[in-house]
Amino acid sequence: MADSVTADPAAPSATRPTGDPLLVLSGVNKHFGSLHVLRDIDLTVHRGEVVVVIGPSGSGKSTLCRTINRLETIDSGTITIDGEPIPAEGRALARLRADVGMVFQSFNLFAHKTVLENVTLGQVKAKKVKPAQARTTAMELLERVGVANQAEKYPAQLSGGQQQRVAIARALAMKPKALLFDEPTSALDPEMINEVLDVMVGLARDGMTMVVVTHEMGFARRAAQRVVFMDAGQVVEEADPETFFTAPRSERARDFLSKILTH
Amino acid sequence: MDPSVIADNMPAFLAGFRLSLQLTLVAGAGALVVGALVAMLRVSPLGSLRAFGAVYTELLRNTPLTLVFFFTVYVLPQFTPFRFFGYAAAVLALTLYTSAFVAEAVRSGINSVGVGQAEAARAIGLTFGQTLTSVVLPQAVRSVIPPLINVIIALAKNTSVAAGFAVVELMATGRRLAQGNPGESIMVLVGVALFYLVITIPAGQLAGALERRVAFAR
Ligand SMILES: Nc1ncnc2c1ncn2[C@@H]1O[C@H](COP(=O)(O)OP(=O)(O)OP(=O)(O)O)[C@@H](O)[C@H]1O
Ligand SMILES: [Mg+2]
Repeated sequence: MADSVTADPAAPSATRPTGDPLLVLSGVNKHFGSLHVLRDIDLTVHRGEVVVVIGPSGSGKSTLCRTINRLETIDSGTITIDGEPIPAEGRALARLRADVGMVFQSFNLFAHKTVLENVTLGQVKAKKVKPAQARTTAMELLERVGVANQAEKYPAQLSGGQQQRVAIARALAMKPKALLFDEPTSALDPEMINEVLDVMVGLARDGMTMVVVTHEMGFARRAAQRVVFMDAGQVVEEADPETFFTAPRSERARDFLSKILTH
Repeated sequence: MDPSVIADNMPAFLAGFRLSLQLTLVAGAGALVVGALVAMLRVSPLGSLRAFGAVYTELLRNTPLTLVFFFTVYVLPQFTPFRFFGYAAAVLALTLYTSAFVAEAVRSGINSVGVGQAEAARAIGLTFGQTLTSVVLPQAVRSVIPPLINVIIALAKNTSVAAGFAVVELMATGRRLAQGNPGESIMVLVGVALFYLVITIPAGQLAGALERRVAFAR
């Protein structure tokens, strides 16, 4: 996969200051039946930090992402968000999920709702925002991601890139403390990848805390402070993007990088 | 065979028809409510609720309707303070029995909506109930309506079981008229069949119309 982010002075992203620990995973284990998909994961993401998660297929990247807002439960270990442990099912969990936005590979926009309604629904239902206020916020966010002119359309009428930008707006509408992205561009046609990455880089610049599963090295270099390399359910290596892509320490990371670079 | 036996006994036919229709509508409404609730139990995050929903559905779906009638009329009074006779027993038995089929139809409709839709709803902080009512059920409606109408059509025909439990609906009316007019029993039964068609054929057409409407509303 080539560096698909267009000309942008390689900003020294790694030097951007980050704050106190926001997402803290410690000793997290997860099984699917007999398959041990997350093995003793320790990971801390600081406020304002952008972490890119990379690794071979089946290494547990999606599962890791999904445990952070409890779309998957964990077997042992702890996950805290801004100091609070993730609650079990119920209203407290719903509240917490609103604090951690998620952007999916397959967009998952609500098919029966317009673009605008997709962005207002959570505000009105989960945050009890007045509909008029929710609409104003939604239009601002749609403006920000560049799809305000599509507000009255249904998701199926939009291109993949547009849908993914709406999905980002939908997540932002909940004013989350952090955003999780699970391969946000891998379902997109190549010409639409950049319009989504550009929005994500913008968010990173504005100080959003982000965990991004992606193989887009250009994005990692432009926006991330840290790359986390996973293999077989473990965090094998962590480094700043430049170091990771040019001089990976582990054999497994070197192996993986040589594979994705030759494709 | 003389069709005049139908015309001559029109008031009896109409009374029986009215009762059959009423049983269909009342038990149908009850079954829709109960069945929808049971379907929600079956997709609930709580295992115990899911198990209860599954047992309820499988038990009723796999018991002959006549047996469900027997239970409401003869067994229930022995273990509960409730006494159900005639019409009330028929409504109860038909509601319980039909609700299991409604639950199955609604559940498969819910499952036809991609799991990503519910995940996205939960990810923006909607509760289980909000996810169901705002995101999943509105999309499930499309695929639920045709099987639901079939369930209601089956219910209309199943109301005839009430004839065996002292409810003079269409079937019981037919049986009485046939006994009273032994020479015209075939014509009487043709009349009974026609009156059932008056309920079931429009229901089938309604299904088609609704299907076309939800197909456009996308
Ligand atoms: N719901 C599930 N039930 C059973 N096994 C699962 C489930 N979800 C994932 N797995 C398995 O867990 C492992 C990790 O999956 P995961 O989706 O987290 O990997 P990934 O790193 O995101 O891979 P990819 O790059 O292909 O998306 C895989 O072996 C996968 O088959
Ligand atoms: Mg994945």
